[in-house]
Amino acid sequence: MLQGFVQIALILAILVATAPLLGRYMARVFLGQSTWLDKIARPLESLIFAGSGITKHPSMGATQYVSAALISNLVMGVFVFLILMFQGSLPLNPTGLAAPSWDLALHTAISFVTNTNQQHYSGETTYTYFSQAGALGFLMFTSAATGIAVAIAFIRGLTGQAIGNFYQDLVLSITRILLPISLVGAILLLVAGVPETLAGPAQVTTLEGATQWIARGPVAHFEIIKELGENGGGFFGINSAHPFENPNNFANLLETVIMMVIPAGLIITYGIMAGNPEQGWLIFWMVFILYGILIAIAAVGEFQGNPLINQILGETQPNLEGKEVRFGWVLTALWAVSTTGTMCGAVNGMHDSLMPPGGFVTLSDLFLQIIWGGQGTGTAYLFVFLILTVFLTGLMVGRTPEFLGRKIEKREIVLASLILLIHPIAILIPTAITLAFPDTLAGISNPGFHGISQVAYEYASAAANNGSGFEGLADNTLWWNLSASFSLIAGRYVPIVALIFLADGMARKQPVPETSGTLHTDTTLFTGITAGAIIILGALTFLPILVLGPVAEAFNLV
Amino acid sequence: MNSTSTVRQPGGPRQQRRHTPKANLSDLYQRAFKEAWVKLNPKIMVKNPVMFMVWVGTLITGMLTLNPNLFGVTGTSAMFNGLVTVILLFTVLFANFAEAVAEGRGKAQADALRSTQTQTYAQRILADGSLEMVSSTHLRKGDRIVVSVGDIIPADGEVLEGVASVDESAITGESAPVLKEPGSDVASSVTGGTRIISDELIIRVTADPGKGFIDRMIDLVEGAERSKTPNEIALTVLLAVLTLVFLIVVATLPPPANYIDSPVSITLLIALLVALIPTTIGGLLSAIGIAGMDRVAQFNVVATSGRAVEACGDINTLVLDKTGTITLGNRLAETFLPVNGHSLKEVAAIALAASIFDTTPEGKSIVRLAEKMGATLDFDRQQAEGVEFSARTRMSGTDLPDGSEVRKGAVDAIRGFVRSRGGKSPTGLDEAYGKVSHLGGTPLAVCRNDEIYGVIYLKDIIKPGIQERFNQLRRMGVRTVMLTGDNRITASVIAKEAGVDDFIAEATPEDKIQVIQQEQAAGKLVAMTGDGTNDAPALAQANVGLAMNSGTQAAKEAANMVDLDSDPTKLIDLVTIGKQLLITRGALTTFSLANDIAKYFAIIPAMFAGIGIGALNIMDLKSPQSAVLSALIYNALIIPALIPLALRGVKFRPLSADQLLQRNILVYGLGGIIVPFVAIKLIDLGISLL
Repeated sequence: MLQGFVQIALILAILVATAPLLGRYMARVFLGQSTWLDKIARPLESLIFAGSGITKHPSMGATQYVSAALISNLVMGVFVFLILMFQGSLPLNPTGLAAPSWDLALHTAISFVTNTNQQHYSGETTYTYFSQAGALGFLMFTSAATGIAVAIAFIRGLTGQAIGNFYQDLVLSITRILLPISLVGAILLLVAGVPETLAGPAQVTTLEGATQWIARGPVAHFEIIKELGENGGGFFGINSAHPFENPNNFANLLETVIMMVIPAGLIITYGIMAGNPEQGWLIFWMVFILYGILIAIAAVGEFQGNPLINQILGETQPNLEGKEVRFGWVLTALWAVSTTGTMCGAVNGMHDSLMPPGGFVTLSDLFLQIIWGGQGTGTAYLFVFLILTVFLTGLMVGRTPEFLGRKIEKREIVLASLILLIHPIAILIPTAITLAFPDTLAGISNPGFHGISQVAYEYASAAANNGSGFEGLADNTLWWNLSASFSLIAGRYVPIVALIFLADGMARKQPVPETSGTLHTDTTLFTGITAGAIIILGALTFLPILVLGPVAEAFNLV
Repeated sequence: MNSTSTVRQPGGPRQQRRHTPKANLSDLYQRAFKEAWVKLNPKIMVKNPVMFMVWVGTLITGMLTLNPNLFGVTGTSAMFNGLVTVILLFTVLFANFAEAVAEGRGKAQADALRSTQTQTYAQRILADGSLEMVSSTHLRKGDRIVVSVGDIIPADGEVLEGVASVDESAITGESAPVLKEPGSDVASSVTGGTRIISDELIIRVTADPGKGFIDRMIDLVEGAERSKTPNEIALTVLLAVLTLVFLIVVATLPPPANYIDSPVSITLLIALLVALIPTTIGGLLSAIGIAGMDRVAQFNVVATSGRAVEACGDINTLVLDKTGTITLGNRLAETFLPVNGHSLKEVAAIALAASIFDTTPEGKSIVRLAEKMGATLDFDRQQAEGVEFSARTRMSGTDLPDGSEVRKGAVDAIRGFVRSRGGKSPTGLDEAYGKVSHLGGTPLAVCRNDEIYGVIYLKDIIKPGIQERFNQLRRMGVRTVMLTGDNRITASVIAKEAGVDDFIAEATPEDKIQVIQQEQAAGKLVAMTGDGTNDAPALAQANVGLAMNSGTQAAKEAANMVDLDSDPTKLIDLVTIGKQLLITRGALTTFSLANDIAKYFAIIPAMFAGIGIGALNIMDLKSPQSAVLSALIYNALIIPALIPLALRGVKFRPLSADQLLQRNILVYGLGGIIVPFVAIKLIDLGISLL
């Protein structure tokens, strides 16, 4: 076990070393400071801005920003939906795939435009190379960029600056962050052995003489943005467990770290943009500690294995069901916690097969949404929790609560509450409906407590815009496609609208100067209280469902 | 030198001041108990979303008591449902009781005030000059009335004619009568309910009946006019959202429970809901607000809105007048400094001669000091003539029978006087002036005809204990700015001695409003006190303007609070009250939310006793029924247990925000997690003994 934890510690050390570098770089980008990429990126951006008619607009108002984000997302979603529906007549279709059902195409389009990439299909048998690389790959960049743009707008608003221009930040997120890192990362993955080809499936003759078709395709470039943009939609059905997506330990290390660098880095970016790097670091370490605790719970659970099997074996064996042996229990547990925490949603093992502690941890990740959190939005949620904590503790020191010198009043509480409220609505209500009609709707493969986890996980993954599946569900049905689409949209756009209005309102407030009567939010004490508030406000809501799912399962396994 | 003619000296140390008539609290609890039942009216309940939810739950469990199978799901007995119903009903009643007690105390306070305001008759002056006897309730703003000795003044008003003394003890508790006369800044306003004890006044009514200061105070403490304050609204929103979140949590629980064949009865669902929603703070929130207003009223301050009280807690800057607030109103002569080779005795004699007609406390203190030094009058007082102080000449004095003129006044003014008589400024005058200024005193020069004899050192007496209060304010993050008409040197010395953070010397009324605007431009909330008409714009501009009751009507109209005791230092107490109000809300909310952890651990294992999660019953509660009942009993009892805290307010300590947080999070956050575990376990032990 020790060896496993050393492995985890090393990977985390790489994260701690790299995320702040990226965070500082992102701050430079969005503060408009010069970076070494200027020479290459600037001409490209000028071209894009000129071509699309984006003028150097100082800032949008909240309504303008929100409509820009929503309309552009809608247009992109419709565009991709149409490509998916007409993929049979479009090029790059070596296997001659026809159109999927309308509800699956709808769910897929919504799932990718919301940066979720929940997949009710297997890529290699459902979508053409053009659909995958052209349509879905396109959304992987733009949806991630939408998240980053919103986070930057939110940070700007909190720190009293105008929230900025959505289109400009969207373009910058792609040209300065997503595209360059993806280019380098894709090349590294190619080196590691990930294929990148437009040729159709390879035909091989097996040792036994049978003919086998091996699916392949333009995987490397797809794979890297899948992780970097916290998209998580695999080229192949089994995602990063597939040897062509994640062939070896090097690829696995790269993919694990790269799915966390942006949300972890954005916390540091916040610190710099707010002119208070210490606070950025405090929040970084708070999340890091919560993350570490969850990893420990999951890893110990996997290491101890299934007690029923251990009884038969007469010895303690780690749980290897649903795992790639090349990754083992350590790297699968670490990946599972990271991918659900960051809303990446790629998997390198079967989450359905995790031991109950693993199920508990992955579900908790999805419920909390801030263990690094979604691309951009996760960082913003962290600050929503910070604002709610400021409100409660601010009252406790006898002043109208202030965050970064701006008063938290009714409007802020309404908007923050909306974010707090939408998550249980988007998860618990459809879960209850589905479980009320288990035979007609659910499609549960593993009844009992585990079935509850399967259903709740699916909606939590949709609402948190994570996209990973507990799997084991027969989920390509009209009910699942449509009901999950509801959770996807509610979980994505309601918070984005609330965040932008919150930020814009904060930016317009008259700042209050700091005195010794001001509550400092950059102290260990306050950060610790925030962690407590996150657990109480975020997790207590979902405690009953956790108890009926993984907790009951764990107690019944002994 | 100006001799201030304050009508009444500001109150002394707090303990010595009497407060408003004592409220009658004898049957407070009986009345509140009755009121608690009246408040069960759904129309009233719906105003409080958290407790309304509990009330609806009570009704449903009530129905389930009569017929346990009403909704098809069995599982809990009529007996158990009945017990839950009773506990829930008491939860609602306790919350209503808390509010009723707070309101009752306010009402008692109001009744006491109202007793000063019995209906009276007034003589209204009609357009043709004749008088008409009308009931005070028929008076309108703008009416002119005559009041004579013995009358109760029927309404707030402004004196137009006459000079009379008025007994204001009914409002202020101060027994010394107050002189009222027209035109004067401070003495021209009268308050309804006070009694005129000499002479006659013609008064212009400035407030319609029911709109006067006393009425406003009554409305406020009774809660009739209580509109929610901004922070309270924000908190109510948060509590409503949390209630909604937990409603979703509980309402979506039956399908998964049924799915694993562990159906949950409606009664248990309601029990879980009530345990999770923030009933503790929900039940006490309005009581906290009402009690806050009540505390202000007990301090003898009339606030026009709860918003103003809450704003006190947010104040960043206090703008205070030096005289009367930081220093005692009167400066006293401390010593004489001779110049130009005169002896001390000579100076004393001239000072005595110049002050013999000066009746101000300062003038009297000069006379006392001079006499102590052995000075005597060398002329016949009857033959001499006093020269009064005027703002133009800035000096006063005496014209002696032999035709010589003795004067005392501001050093510049006396210098000018001497020059006009052909004299010149002696050597050593500047030195003496500087010396006094550096001591924080006010220098007055004295002269006889063309010769300056010396300087009187008038010492400003800083109020005892004021420095400690400013230190406290500084720790709370409140900056104090002193305004004074003194010269820069004197001002800086007083400022240093009193411990204020900043001062404006040689200030004019315009400076006041400028300081406030400057501070506000930097995002600060400013509080100030004032009494004069020329303070009115600044009082209106300030976020919290506290007018003195002795002040003019204009000042009182412009301010959002009026201090009936006319004690400017009260602003400091108001800051504390405002903070206390917020702290109490925040602390009880935190406590309420933290309690949820223990309640979960009590109810969830009991709810799903059949699915093998017994290990979650970490409190080792006896049975599922007793676990649920214990959690609910705790939930109900914690409300009355915290009523005293809600009414009294969490004790405020003048610490920095970070220290306060550390303290309060330990008590109410950590305490909120631990206390219910212990209490629920104890209640469960009690139940199992029965």
